[in-house]
Amino acid sequence: MHNLTIAEIVTGLQNRSFSSVEITEHLLARAARLDKQFNSLITITENEALEAAKAADQRLAEENAPALCGVPLIHKDIFCTHGVRTSCGSKMLDNFIPPYNATVIDNFNRCGAVMLGKSNMDEFAMGSSNETSFYGPVKNPWSPDCVPGGSSGGSAAAVAARLAAGATATDTGGSIRQPAALCGVTGLKPTYGRVSRWGMIAFASSLDQGGPMARTAEDCALLLNCMASYDNKDSTSANREVPDHCAKLNDSLEGLRIGVPREYFSEGLDSGTEQAVQAALSEYQKLGAELVEISLPNTGLSVPAYYVIAPAEASANLSRFDGVKYGYRCEDPSDLQDLYCRTRAEGFGEEVQRRILIGTYCLSAGYYEAYYGKAQQVRQLIRQDFVDAFKQVDLIMGPTCPSPAFAFGAKGSDPVAMYLEDIYTISTNLAGLPGMSIPCGLVGGKPVGLQIIGNYFDEARMLNAAHRYQQVSDWHNLAPEGIE
Amino acid sequence: MSIDKQDIKNLAQLARIAVSEDQVNQVSEGLESVLQLVDQLQAADTSGLIADTEQPFQHLREDQVSETNQREALQAIAPNTEDGLFLVPRVLD
Repeated sequence: MHNLTIAEIVTGLQNRSFSSVEITEHLLARAARLDKQFNSLITITENEALEAAKAADQRLAEENAPALCGVPLIHKDIFCTHGVRTSCGSKMLDNFIPPYNATVIDNFNRCGAVMLGKSNMDEFAMGSSNETSFYGPVKNPWSPDCVPGGSSGGSAAAVAARLAAGATATDTGGSIRQPAALCGVTGLKPTYGRVSRWGMIAFASSLDQGGPMARTAEDCALLLNCMASYDNKDSTSANREVPDHCAKLNDSLEGLRIGVPREYFSEGLDSGTEQAVQAALSEYQKLGAELVEISLPNTGLSVPAYYVIAPAEASANLSRFDGVKYGYRCEDPSDLQDLYCRTRAEGFGEEVQRRILIGTYCLSAGYYEAYYGKAQQVRQLIRQDFVDAFKQVDLIMGPTCPSPAFAFGAKGSDPVAMYLEDIYTISTNLAGLPGMSIPCGLVGGKPVGLQIIGNYFDEARMLNAAHRYQQVSDWHNLAPEGIE
Repeated sequence: MSIDKQDIKNLAQLARIAVSEDQVNQVSEGLESVLQLVDQLQAADTSGLIADTEQPFQHLREDQVSETNQREALQAIAPNTEDGLFLVPRVLD
């Protein structure tokens, strides 16, 4: 049952081949047995899951059950879940029980889905390896001494290990796409504004987006249909109809123009990864697409621009964690200053503190124009590169990451070495475009991903391209060993 | 751009994060490394850019009460409260 896709689970439940309670119990037992190997889950919501599954089974017996009725899913521990701890991977929120649901969670409740638990993640979504979580690192099911990627490492590992057929995740600089690539699963970051950020703990407000992870493009389309909505509680939510992202999945790719940026195939790209991506691009040609070499000349500035903008916004967003209204508070504060300074020094991990300090520096008087002002201008240049490219092509493709999963600790103590992991994914966030990663090969037994970038609100076309490739390839069906 | 001990102390104060004496060097190294990365931005030619007029439109709503009073539920998770107030250490002497 754990090898079924979401689409197959929906059919199976509708046909009464099995019940929601059966599949939920099966997956809960799997998590209890297997997750000690991966540490992908921070909280398992056994009672809530079984209650929701029972309720779903009743609805399935009546007419018109909602789209994902009875389907068990895992949610990244960044989405507020009413009455269920939401830690954001941090000691600061280890005791935080939200009094409300994120809009994404409400959307899934309305669709009838069942929540199995909350997945592990880099602290406050800051990281590319899931090594910074207060709850310990997540291990890559394909290679347990390697990272699963981050920050949505828990969701990616859980889907790869078949602990659930789908999971939610978030992406600010690549945090859906990169772990999806390193764990051999399919992950999609929607256009900025497509998915509501209400109740999704904020890291960098102009970059954050929630999105689905699953083993297939079709499953991601089903999840995205549920996640996406206009929300007037999120002032950056796009007031724009949500199409059925499944409607065009089987469209022909004849005549599709795929841009291949030369900057994504230069030094720093591992040769095995490059070969796998080139092989995938050849498949696209066989499917009728045309490859067009393009240039995104400001690609080299994307990591520096991001590491000004994201920390700056994070320093503002994380100022709410002060030990006063919720979350961690230091013991016996001597005065208000001590309350703030010690709560935050004790509650936040090293990487989070570093990014807050960088952000504070870039926003401080005398430096604001030179850093934040300049970075926002560079952001315009990066956005313009894509706007120009999309005049000639329909989609852009390239590698998701420079190499497959690396060993724990491999990036050493220099933070910048870790930051360069995101080199292909970061521009997409800066431009607000949608992007996804699909498995396209194994290098040294470890998965690599093909990244697909679409034009604004063109998720359906990205999913169509991904689906057609998955119909003629098998990479997305491969499973790691040791997860029976 | 190099960062000295006083800079770290100023930043720590602005960010309200305590940085101890023995952490200052490590924090300083980490920050310097990132600042070296971001200094690459200075080389970018942004002279031709006009002001970004694509500002996200700020939606406004009617100035009417739309929320219910949920103080008890919202304060249930606070570290220290009394009579509906959040308790903090003394601010003024």
